[in-house]
Amino acid sequence: MSAVVTATGDLSRLVVRNLRRETRVLDGLIVNTALPVVIMVLFVYVFGGAITTGSSGLAYIDFVVPAVLLMAGGYGAAMTAVNVASDMTEGMIDRFRTLPIGAWTVPAAHVVASVIRNVAACAFALTAAVILGFRPAPTPAGWLLTSAVVTAYVLALSSLAVLWGLLVRSVQAAGAFSFVVLFLPYLSDGIVPAETMPPFLRDFAANQPITPIVETLRALLLDRPAGSSPALAATWLATTVLLSIPAAALLFRRRTSA
Amino acid sequence: MNAIHSTPFTDSASAIVARGLTKSFGGTTVLAGIDLTVPTGTLLALLGPNGSGKTTTVRVLTTLLAPDGGTAAVGGHDVTREGAAVRRMIGLTAQQATVDDLLTGRENLELFAGLYHLGRSGARRRAQELLERFDLAGAANRRVGTYSGGMRRRLDLAASLVAGPRILFLDEPTTGLDPRSRAELWSVIRELLASGTTILLTTQYLEEADQLADRIVVIDAGRVVADDAPAALKRQVGTERLVLRLSRPEDVPRVAPVLGEAVSETTAREVTLAVQGPGHLRRTLDLLHKADIAVEHVELRSPTLDDVFFELTAAAA
Repeated sequence: MSAVVTATGDLSRLVVRNLRRETRVLDGLIVNTALPVVIMVLFVYVFGGAITTGSSGLAYIDFVVPAVLLMAGGYGAAMTAVNVASDMTEGMIDRFRTLPIGAWTVPAAHVVASVIRNVAACAFALTAAVILGFRPAPTPAGWLLTSAVVTAYVLALSSLAVLWGLLVRSVQAAGAFSFVVLFLPYLSDGIVPAETMPPFLRDFAANQPITPIVETLRALLLDRPAGSSPALAATWLATTVLLSIPAAALLFRRRTSA
Repeated sequence: MNAIHSTPFTDSASAIVARGLTKSFGGTTVLAGIDLTVPTGTLLALLGPNGSGKTTTVRVLTTLLAPDGGTAAVGGHDVTREGAAVRRMIGLTAQQATVDDLLTGRENLELFAGLYHLGRSGARRRAQELLERFDLAGAANRRVGTYSGGMRRRLDLAASLVAGPRILFLDEPTTGLDPRSRAELWSVIRELLASGTTILLTTQYLEEADQLADRIVVIDAGRVVADDAPAALKRQVGTERLVLRLSRPEDVPRVAPVLGEAVSETTAREVTLAVQGPGHLRRTLDLLHKADIAVEHVELRSPTLDDVFFELTAAAA
């Protein structure tokens, strides 16, 4: 058996373990999948009537769904940070390290499980959106690209979450990651148009990563012109992944050697 | 980290050999040169209080921590240079339980068996075997989070035995267990020993070391203060302690000169001595009586770890 096959097998066993853990934390599972949908219902039916979609001219549900998808992908990533921190601080890592497996498979399995779980949460949110009246009209290529953008976003957040989980020294501190993924979409062009915000927030919203990603998804799902957003979104996502994965690998090695 | 000299250990009679292990964390010396040898098929108890370096020693020997200096070989492989080979031969039950609370007992064992590459059906069989052997078959499909302390410990030990290691490290396996769970774990450890497994066990309890060990290494502040067979160690410490409560506190300092021997401990009204042989108790009371030191209460007590330390560190000083 070649080393690659063995490592792939180890990785998949650990991914299954991580996903299984997810299904056992019932409240976490409900929060991560249902909360974005609840927020969507709240915005579409309660606040939506009062929110102008500004120069976009979109119905509010069409305007807000891309941001809801990103939220759905983000909540689970916060759980990933907590799971990594708990493995690192509560002894499991010692068990894994005495097994004849590459130690790197432990954080890598957290990234993979996080991507699988969060892409599933996005699909769930999208289905709920369609039930609520969202009518996406992308081309087949548009669907493919939408999946690619969502997956890339989830991958970027998941690797960032693993990095954060390795950086902090307690499970409680790891939970703080949820603030980032909770608030960033609100301060973007995703929930209300940035043009309606006060100037300093408008500048922040226009220049933070969520805005170009939301605009790219809007363009893809509603078949509208995208402008420079896709290039900007791709740059943000690629940079995040390319920085956080090596940083996490380095940090993991440091925390398991000393 | 300074150079670890390359001494290959080819001595097959010793499963674990450590020489001069040192380790400090941020200026605090945790190991100040630990030497120990565990002959194959025997149990060595590493006895010491909290913070004496027991866990650090185990972490070095199980490849989880690189030593600053010294050498160690486990199963004939150097722990720093041949970590992977060492890991294939050992099992570790760490002080902190290292099983997944959210998985069932069976899922835990199947996960670890899978990671030892036993194959799907091999892993399933091995898990079932261990669940039965450790009396966990009834709870196999329950989440570990619902287990009692004793059950968790047994599962943890079972997880360490998945790959049938010849060398086992048990870091305070019975700390926090009730007497019955402790006795159960002791009998499992004896079975493992009988089947030829080499075991290094750390403990804070002299009684546990005495019950299980072929040899006891006592460590304090990262240094070995005694390395002997249990019987010899106990002889050195004195099998029992004699606690004398005096009627007059001012007599306390007179006891040692009157008896012409060292006392292990004194409080405001009590003096503790090691009992040395049958005639010792009567001779002691006779001498005190002649010196007009009134004794109000006499108590015989088994030696505790504190007594061992006092005795050993006093002897060294």
